[in-house]
Amino acid sequence: MDLTLEDFAAAVGSTGPVAIAGLGTRSRPLSDVRVVHAPIGIEWIEPAEMTIRCGAGTPVDEVDAALAEHGQQVAVHSGGTVGGALAVGQSGIRRLAYGAMRDALLQANYVNAAGKLVKAGGPTVKNVSGFDLCRLLVGSHGTLGFIGDVILRTRPKASFEQWFTSDRDPWELLTGLFRPTSVLWDGATTWVLLEGDDRDVAEMAERFLLTAVSSGPELPTGGRWSMAPSELVSLRVASPGSFVAEIGVGVVHHTRPRPERSPDPVQADLHARIKQEFDPTGRLNPGIDALSVR
Amino acid sequence: MTVIDTAIDLDAVARALRTRLRHDQVRDSPTLRNLYRHDASNMTGSAGIVCFAESTEDVQACVQVAADMGVPFMARGSGTGLAGGAVPPPDAIVISTTKMNKILSVDEVNRIAWVEPGVLNLDLSKQIAHLGVHFAPDPSSQQTCSIGGNVANNSGGPHCLADGVTNAHIHGMEVVLPDGSISVLGGEEPEPDGLDLRGVFVGSEGMFGVATKICVRLMQNPPDVATMLMDFGSVAEGANLVSDIIASGIVPAAVEMMDQLCLIAVEEFIHAGLPVDQAAALLIEVVGPPAGVAADVERIFELASARGVGTIRVAADDEERALLWKGRKSAFGAIANIMPNYYLHDTVVPRHKLAEVLDQIYEIVERHDLRVLNVFHAGDGNLHPLILFDGSVEGVSERVHAAGREIVKASVDAGGVLSGEHGIGLEKRDLMPLMFSETDLSAQADLRRAFDPQLISNPDKVLPNPATCGEIHSAPEGAWI
Repeated sequence: MDLTLEDFAAAVGSTGPVAIAGLGTRSRPLSDVRVVHAPIGIEWIEPAEMTIRCGAGTPVDEVDAALAEHGQQVAVHSGGTVGGALAVGQSGIRRLAYGAMRDALLQANYVNAAGKLVKAGGPTVKNVSGFDLCRLLVGSHGTLGFIGDVILRTRPKASFEQWFTSDRDPWELLTGLFRPTSVLWDGATTWVLLEGDDRDVAEMAERFLLTAVSSGPELPTGGRWSMAPSELVSLRVASPGSFVAEIGVGVVHHTRPRPERSPDPVQADLHARIKQEFDPTGRLNPGIDALSVR
Repeated sequence: MTVIDTAIDLDAVARALRTRLRHDQVRDSPTLRNLYRHDASNMTGSAGIVCFAESTEDVQACVQVAADMGVPFMARGSGTGLAGGAVPPPDAIVISTTKMNKILSVDEVNRIAWVEPGVLNLDLSKQIAHLGVHFAPDPSSQQTCSIGGNVANNSGGPHCLADGVTNAHIHGMEVVLPDGSISVLGGEEPEPDGLDLRGVFVGSEGMFGVATKICVRLMQNPPDVATMLMDFGSVAEGANLVSDIIASGIVPAAVEMMDQLCLIAVEEFIHAGLPVDQAAALLIEVVGPPAGVAADVERIFELASARGVGTIRVAADDEERALLWKGRKSAFGAIANIMPNYYLHDTVVPRHKLAEVLDQIYEIVERHDLRVLNVFHAGDGNLHPLILFDGSVEGVSERVHAAGREIVKASVDAGGVLSGEHGIGLEKRDLMPLMFSETDLSAQADLRRAFDPQLISNPDKVLPNPATCGEIHSAPEGAWI
């Protein structure tokens, strides 16, 4: 890494407002606040453990390239830095098969509001030693601590993958296909990504009359909606031609911003108490509220 | 920090509870209190009053009484926990969720179900089997453990290797927080606003409140399964094969190891034709579409032969597969043939350290003049040494505990963790500093205080408390202090 964890902690310090920035792909840096950057670089890759350790400032693309040499990958949303992806907490379009991105984070060393290094989680996939602070960090937008380095769980890259389209009902495909990697739907066309042994993929494609295509659909970028998977069917009438929905997951890539909704007061109170415990003076990423940030 | 009054007026608490629940739901007879003093660990506490909740409102009523009167409470499922997580704090209100055992809804298309916390793990999978789906976490206690307990402990099981532990299979839950308020953390939608409170609630060992409805993720049943039993002349060869398989890009559904003493004990118990003359056996299961399964099996055979595998037995049908799994899952019952008592441990080490740490475990146990049997989730590096002993022998429990501490330390020193699936509870509470600094532990305590400012939800578990460590009220019988 280009910076030790101790140097990173010293840069964060213990007083005054401070913000963390990555490559700026997910959000603009806060203005009028001192900005720090997390360490960059891959510490190690353990293919037999299916783990990688890297600085939070490491670009996701660099991690992807390094893991590809070992035939592995990690379910961290592409683009920007690893720390940025984790802080925002959104999963990629392969969540249906790979699970949520948050499950990829095994251990994090982060700098708390007092400028001290804190270890969350542990280096192994199975671990129930104490409260799971890693879950708290993913999606916290840097409001509870700044992630310095992480150990991530990797997974093998499939020997074969292929996108297909179909005019069939997406739920019929979700039910019939064995663990598709992604099922996307725009109200008219269904796209399916299948991975695994090429003979199994060919057999499923034939059975469900799928048409091979070179890639999945363009995803609208106007808004990212989160809906119960059973409610997605309503989009066909409500927003024809303006969305691509992740079937079986519930993320909707929409041309329009997500409708406003008001937080549950019990959870708002809990969020406030957590922020108070972790950052009593509100110095970390000031002005950002994890509950209302988009 | 609220100091819990040690002189709890149990009669007053019972009266208050009976104004909110039916009288038959609030029980304080000596027999029942005695029954709820412990879980499946060897530790005991003292239950004050046992309440049988039948609804979210019942749970809320119990928690509100506890919060109003400053009395500790503890939710309890089936009581199968092995780390003392459900050993009641002194005179606590024990809230049993066993009567909240309904499957509320199943959406087999989107593979989501809502269940009450008292639903038993295996009952859920059995009742939805005809829909072609199952609940993936499968602890060895799955016939009797509850899903509420799985949530509290973030439970594992053999098939978590490919599919992940409980946290990856919980979309959300309705909870009663320790102040009596009700909220839904997470839910069916994939990206709820705010922090992942669902994620931190899972595995919080009953210290963040009580889950009253749970939204679980269901998995498709695989079209094809291959189950193999392989034996080896040395534990190290078997252990090293596990790393070879993963490094080659195959993630089996399960990889379980049994050492020779385990094979002998189980064979005497179930007569499955296990390789009792070999040092170790691996039970490996691969699932998926047929061509992929066949390719994985072929590659695993190649890797196994390079590691000097003895015989390979492939289950010919579901009956033989069930028999091989029965062998794995009957280990605990089979032990009674060897020794009257056992102490089961649960640690995790990096896979490539399995052989080295197993060697250390054999050495530690021999040095303490004890015997050990190993049966564990090798694919996850999740060790389960069972120390065998005769509890009637004077001084044996000190040796068992001393050996156990050394095993836990050896695992952490090898780059592992304190617990893979049993949790910390009381058992390993005071070993937490082996893995975490004071600052790390203080962050965990901060999170707990945010959920439970009064510190009444299952207190004294998980986090070592320098102020109370060693005090008699926080050290139930059998705990390591």
